[in-house]
Amino acid sequence: MKILVPIKRVVDYNVKVRVKADGSGVDTANVKMSMNPFDEIAVEEAVRLKEKGVVTEIVAVSCGVAACQETLRTALALGADRAILVETDADLQPLAVAKLLRALVTEEKPDIVILGKQAIDDDANQTGQMLAALLDWPQATFASKVDIANGTATVKREVDGGLETVEVKLPAVVTTDLRLNEPRYATLPNIMKAKKKPLTTTNPATLNVDVTPRLATLKVTEPAKRKGGGRVADVKELVAKLRNEAKVIP
Amino acid sequence: MPILVIAEHDNAKLASSTAHAVGAASKLGGDCHVLVAGHNAQAAAQAAAQLAGVAKVLVADAPHLASPTAENLAATALSLLPGNYSHVLVAATNYGKNVAPRIAAKLDVAQVSDVTGIESADTFVRPIYAGNAFATVQSKDPVKVLTVRTTAFDSAAAGGNAPIENVTAAADTGLSKVTGQELTKSERPELAGARIVISGGRGLGSGENFKMLEALADKLKAAIGASRAAVDAGYVPNDYQVGQTGKIVAPDLYIAIGISGAIQHLAGMKDSKVIVAINKDPEAPIFQIADYGLVGDLFELVPQLTAELG
Repeated sequence: MKILVPIKRVVDYNVKVRVKADGSGVDTANVKMSMNPFDEIAVEEAVRLKEKGVVTEIVAVSCGVAACQETLRTALALGADRAILVETDADLQPLAVAKLLRALVTEEKPDIVILGKQAIDDDANQTGQMLAALLDWPQATFASKVDIANGTATVKREVDGGLETVEVKLPAVVTTDLRLNEPRYATLPNIMKAKKKPLTTTNPATLNVDVTPRLATLKVTEPAKRKGGGRVADVKELVAKLRNEAKVIP
Repeated sequence: MPILVIAEHDNAKLASSTAHAVGAASKLGGDCHVLVAGHNAQAAAQAAAQLAGVAKVLVADAPHLASPTAENLAATALSLLPGNYSHVLVAATNYGKNVAPRIAAKLDVAQVSDVTGIESADTFVRPIYAGNAFATVQSKDPVKVLTVRTTAFDSAAAGGNAPIENVTAAADTGLSKVTGQELTKSERPELAGARIVISGGRGLGSGENFKMLEALADKLKAAIGASRAAVDAGYVPNDYQVGQTGKIVAPDLYIAIGISGAIQHLAGMKDSKVIVAINKDPEAPIFQIADYGLVGDLFELVPQLTAELG
């Protein structure tokens, strides 16, 4: 069984981004970039499925600038077998990425695609669902447990009030939630080995996909600043303030 | 052209998020139709019909919609959509986030996630980077598919009396089926809509200690939430998580107990009206956004607070 794992290169989750002075976006120059944390979870799940003997080949995929190769090397060091970069400098929105992935799925014919539920830069939470729709495949989003047997994935999903179990027929798209697993770290020998694993490059034109953005970003602004920093000395003062000043408790 | 709001419900009850989505639809102008796709969902449909601003409730009834999968819900919504609606709105809950992109992709249009502001019929404001920036985006697509952040829009008031019409449910896609649910049982208010939220973090130290928050929550009729660290440590179920990738809350009062205040957590609660932080570390980032910060040992302060509220 073959698994495709799309990953995204994003601003590292520890970085607090700054909005550019001209309001055109956030400043990502000279900022640490990493694999989207939810996609790390997807890579880990794929590697575990391979270790269990369910999956035989893991193909990691990324769409974006040439530097995404580093992110793909990380996936290879974590256990992916080979990698594909769809290289473009274009501003890629979720629908365009889903179309690029559909084109790769058509070529690669994986049995399952597993990717993060959202990227921590645009926080869109769309690509997996869109890919499933374009392929007419079932989707199992926000997964916290994945079992694969007899051509079916049984997925425990995080829903608003708790957990839900869905059964989807393969091929299917699964998106990962935080509690699916705890990703491993790449070891130095594996990082060295990853340098020799195959990484091929293609582009949107070759895949015959129009990636023109559908949404125009008119401006990007800072959030309203919250005036905090107030202190109270003890519980009595806190309760008095909540009652008489903030008037949020009776 | 009218606007289609996809209702979130469990057949017996309409989720409060739906009223917020109808509230957001009212900012767009145009008739608002609410799709209730379910099975024996008359009660939910009645509740939707009573929301102010709803022009029509459309009921799609079929056994396979009793607990609809994204595949089946999207199929039914898509059977109504082409050429008939300018916008599709659903609340940005897990329910809405699961289905909206599927609908958008089938229509070959962009989807705008987690909308917090509506500037015009095609221009929307949404948070990016865990709410550390807000993007104003414009969609030129023929249909705008939006998920809307419930805390950013007032819920539609009661007092409507819209007609209820039956529509045909799309056939079961057979792609997936729901085989089980483990819902967190609680007598407390729903976290996303509660007026007061008490959240615990790693500082609580154990799931057992979280019970201390229950006594306080009982006094204040509050919902209980948690930081990612507390959920990761297994103190409470996953659906308690407040933050960038968990639930977004904006209650009148948010009490953060033993939470340091990572940006991912702040993303989920910083729009609360009043924020109280209790933490033993005076340098914890949570204090920078708290209206009332109390430095000290939570194991002493929380019982004191519970007692003080008598």
